[in-house]
Parts: sequence; C-alpha cells; structure tokens
Amino acid sequence: MPVPFAYSLRNLWTRRLTTVLTAAGMALVVFVFAATLMLGEGLNRTLVATGSYDNVIMTRTSANSEVQSAVERGQAAIVESRPEVAIGANGAPLLVKELVVIINLLRRDSGQSANIVVRGTNDVALQLRPQVRLIAGRLPQPGSSEVVAGASIARRFQGGGLGETVRFALRDWQVVGVFDAGTTAFNSELWGDADQLMAAFRRPVYSSLTFRLREAGLFPDLKTELESDPRLTLEARRETRYYADQSEAMAKFLRILGLTLTVVFSLGAIIGAMITMYAAVAGRTSEIGTLRALGFTRPEILIAFIAEALLLGGVGGIGGVAGASLLQFLTINTLNWQTFSEFSFGFILTPTIAMQSLLFALVMGLLGGILPALRAARMTIVEALRQE
Amino acid sequence: MTTTPPLVLIRDLSKSYRRGDQIIPVLDNLSLDIPAGEFLALMGPSGSGKSTLLNLIAGIDSADSGRLEVGGIDIRPLSERELARWRAGHIGFIFQFYNLIPVLTAFENVELPLLLTDLPRQQRRDHVELVLGLVGLADRSDHYPGQLSGGQQQRVAIARALVADPSIIVADEPTGDLDRHSAEEVLELLEKLVHDFGKTVIMVTHDPRAADKAHVVRQLEKGVLM
Repeated sequence: MPVPFAYSLRNLWTRRLTTVLTAAGMALVVFVFAATLMLGEGLNRTLVATGSYDNVIMTRTSANSEVQSAVERGQAAIVESRPEVAIGANGAPLLVKELVVIINLLRRDSGQSANIVVRGTNDVALQLRPQVRLIAGRLPQPGSSEVVAGASIARRFQGGGLGETVRFALRDWQVVGVFDAGTTAFNSELWGDADQLMAAFRRPVYSSLTFRLREAGLFPDLKTELESDPRLTLEARRETRYYADQSEAMAKFLRILGLTLTVVFSLGAIIGAMITMYAAVAGRTSEIGTLRALGFTRPEILIAFIAEALLLGGVGGIGGVAGASLLQFLTINTLNWQTFSEFSFGFILTPTIAMQSLLFALVMGLLGGILPALRAARMTIVEALRQE
Repeated sequence: MTTTPPLVLIRDLSKSYRRGDQIIPVLDNLSLDIPAGEFLALMGPSGSGKSTLLNLIAGIDSADSGRLEVGGIDIRPLSERELARWRAGHIGFIFQFYNLIPVLTAFENVELPLLLTDLPRQQRRDHVELVLGLVGLADRSDHYPGQLSGGQQQRVAIARALVADPSIIVADEPTGDLDRHSAEEVLELLEKLVHDFGKTVIMVTHDPRAADKAHVVRQLEKGVLM
C-alpha cells in the first residue's frame, strides 16, 4: 500500500497560503485555456448552428459569403426546378431566394454605428430554419416596408425594437415583429420582404439561394451537377459547411492568440508549482527519511509527492474552470470579418472543455512536481534523517 | 551443549564515508554478537560510529565490507526494495526527535508500518489500538503530534516501532530530547518491551541513566568496540 493519500492532502492544507497562491497561478492559466476553448466553441456553435445539415446554400462561385455573392433570377429558377429540392406542405419548393445587404444602425448604449445584415426573404425562411421563432409581433406583409428584427438587434440597436422604425435605403421600415434565433447569427439580422428590399436597394439579383434537400444524401451528386452546369456559375455548400467556413478565420485567430498566451502563462505556473514542491521536499526531508526507514520504497515516495503536485494542479484546474464557467454569462459582440457585419456569440463550457482544462492543469502539476518528487525519492535514508 | 545463534551477528564490519577526496573511516573491522531479548546500550563520544553501527544493523545504510546477519539472514546482498520490506517486518525505529509525521494523527502515525503489510483495515485498527493502549495513549489517538508533549510523542513513536511486531527495536538517543520524567517513562517502556514482549532493543545513548537500564553496555571509540 502506498503512502496514505491523507499525507499528500494534509500537507497541502498545512501550507494553505502557499497552496492557494500556487493553485491561483495555475487557475489563471487554466482560466485562459478554458476561455479560449469556450470562445472557439461559442463562435463555432453560433455560426455552425446557424445552418442545417440538410439545407443547401448556393452562392456565386468563389464568393466567401452571401454579401459578396450574386445569383440571377434565371439561375434561381433553374435551381428551383430541380427535383432534389424538397416540397413544402403547400406544394411549393422549400427554397428561399434571399438578398443580403449591409446597413448601418446606431447602438442604443453608445450611439455608435455598426454594420447590420438586412436579409430580404419570405416566410419559407422560417420553415427552412426551425431554430428561428417569432417571439413578438408578426411577420412582414409581402409588398410592405415592414421588417422583423432578431432579438439581439431589437435589444441593442436604435429603432430595432417592436413598433419602432429604422431608416435605410431611403425608406422608413417599421419593425412589426421580433424573432429569436437562439445562439445563431440570424439573431443579429433584420428580415424583410425580398422583393421590397431588392427594389429599395435597386438590386436586380439575389445574394443566395437556400433550399432543403428531399434527402440529405442527395447532396454530393447534386453539387457535382449544379457546379458543372455552365448556366449557373454557382457553388453549392451544405449550410453547416457554409457557416463553418465563415467562422474559420476568426476561430483560427482566437485559437492562436489563446494558445500562445496559455503556453507562455503555463511556463510561469509550472515554475511556480516546481518552486512550491521543491520547498515542500526541502521542508520535509526528515519525514521522507523516516518513511523510507519504516519501509516505504523510493517509488512510493515518488508517488506521494507526485500525488501532491497533481492535487495542487487539480485545485488550480477546478478554480480555473469554475472561474471560466462564469464567462458563460458574457456575450461578445463583434464584427464577422466574412460579412463585415455585427454578430453576437457567447462562451460555451462543454464537459469536454472542462475535462481538457482539468487535464491541462494536472499536466502542469505533474510537470511542476516531477523533478521535486524525484529529488525526494532519490535521497538516501541516512542523509535525509540527518536533516532535522 | 548447543548454543543459540545470536539474533545479530557482526563480523569484521567496516564502514567509511567519503568527504571530497578524503575517506573517513567510521567502523573498523567491528565484530559483535547480540543475542535475542537483549537490551544493549551503545555508548561513546560523538563521531565514534554508534549511530552508523545502529543504521547498519537497521538496514538503512550499507557497510563497505564484513558480514552482517540479522535473524539468520545476511542483509548485505539484499536489494534496496527487499531491504525496505525487510525493515518493515523486522525493525522498529525510535528516533531522538520522535520523527512523527506532523500531518498524521497519532493513530495514523502508528498505522504507517502496517500499511506495508497485508493486514485488513479492521486488524490494523485492532493492532494500533492495542499498542497505543500499551504506551498509555489510547485516548490520544486522534491527536496530531503538535498537540502532544515531547514524552507523549516519543511514546507514540514507541507504539509505531512496536506495532508491526518486529524482532529488533533500534533507538537512537531516545531520551535525548526529553525531560527527566518523560525520559524515565520512555526507558521503562523500553524495558517492558524487552521483559514482557521479548524484543531486542539496541539503543544509542549519551545518557548514563539510560545506559543503566540496559543489560549490556558497549563502548565505541573511533569505530572500535572497547
């Protein structure tokens, strides 16, 4: 049987100030590590959850986003007539031809302007995107200057609330409804009638086509056919892929920034843990000698000190994850660099991120504790017992 | 007539330490027999090799040459791991400064040597309670060393030395850090271990009063037994 676990645990408790300070250093690093992963997860969920796997979005070939894309009416008609497009309850294709334009609105809190996506669409959009729910008011009447606002727009932008009016494209548009799109990017959009918005913005073409597949498995063949049709010059992507592509650049930036910070900080935390554990070994030399004299072997001493370092890392890990979990109450409002428009996302803590963060903390503890533990295990009994 | 072999048999044992380029001899061809059930006091000036001899018998240090058998086992060729397990079963330690683990209670300190045996939890508990009762500290089992007096701590250390039922108890200046009254109590306990439990006690001491309690007193000077 190894050295009792209580020995490692109580020694940490005995030096609680040192333990807390060292663990706090590790907790900070774990906090940054977890926050980075949570931000990536939040960003990913917001953008990827915006799409559905069995929806296909078509944009102009090599357009990175809907904003840069143009789909002519004739091209839209070709796609709409494809048998792979699902048919809705009313017998009409589950396909929506949308216009996406960027406008400026003023923020309620700071009065500063920000880019907002205006989406010209129709009521089929709600069938294609079940995550979007009207939570107040009604949908715009076709042929009217009415819009519905995503919950984030209604809350944060002047004129975005129910019953208010926003002005763009030389017209006043009344907000007749507010929709909630969960954590998706639609939450930061204004939706109105496609034909009205095309007329107002004097745009003769759509930005994108989105349709539901009759069967999700039809996608690969359909993509090949559509993309090789010389009349179309369009690219077909699953909606999930499209939004994942949108998050790629920002996710990569956040990952590199976060992980660079984490690596630098973790070196400091590992050194901190090492100093603490070296001090622990130095202060307990005589105890180590006694345990060895009583019959505990070098590996058993090594395990006891590694357990102590792992506990230290564990405390730091739990503290860091607990601190990072509070970030879930925060929402980040930022510019989507692909569409140059405002969108919101949060930090999301998943069990996997919590486990990865704890594991990271334990690895830091282990790296910090291994050399001091080896020193403890290497001592000769007689020399250790001489230290009083 | 048959003679009983000694519990500890030492022949021509030598030990030296290296300090830089210098080799400092500590024990020089020392021979000694210690029969089972003896209470032996080793005396001598500082640096005479008393503690080194004790450490060699206890298997926590290794000799340069010579023969050292304990209970008929030649302990010199044993590997470090074998020696550790051998100590756990055959040697009880009592130190001058008690060497209790401060973060463990008296009970847990005494239980330590039993963690190296196969005894189940309940039997370990019974053993620990028995020996704590023997040293008169049954009511202090939940106390941490810092909550006990020096004499009480040394009695806990004696309980720890006794709990695994070793044949030999080595005591290095067991009364060196105690007041006269506590020292008396500790020495009485050591005598009891010899008389009532048949243990062999090998004690290093500077204290003539402690040596008086021993059956045999051997003087060491410059690594040689007088």
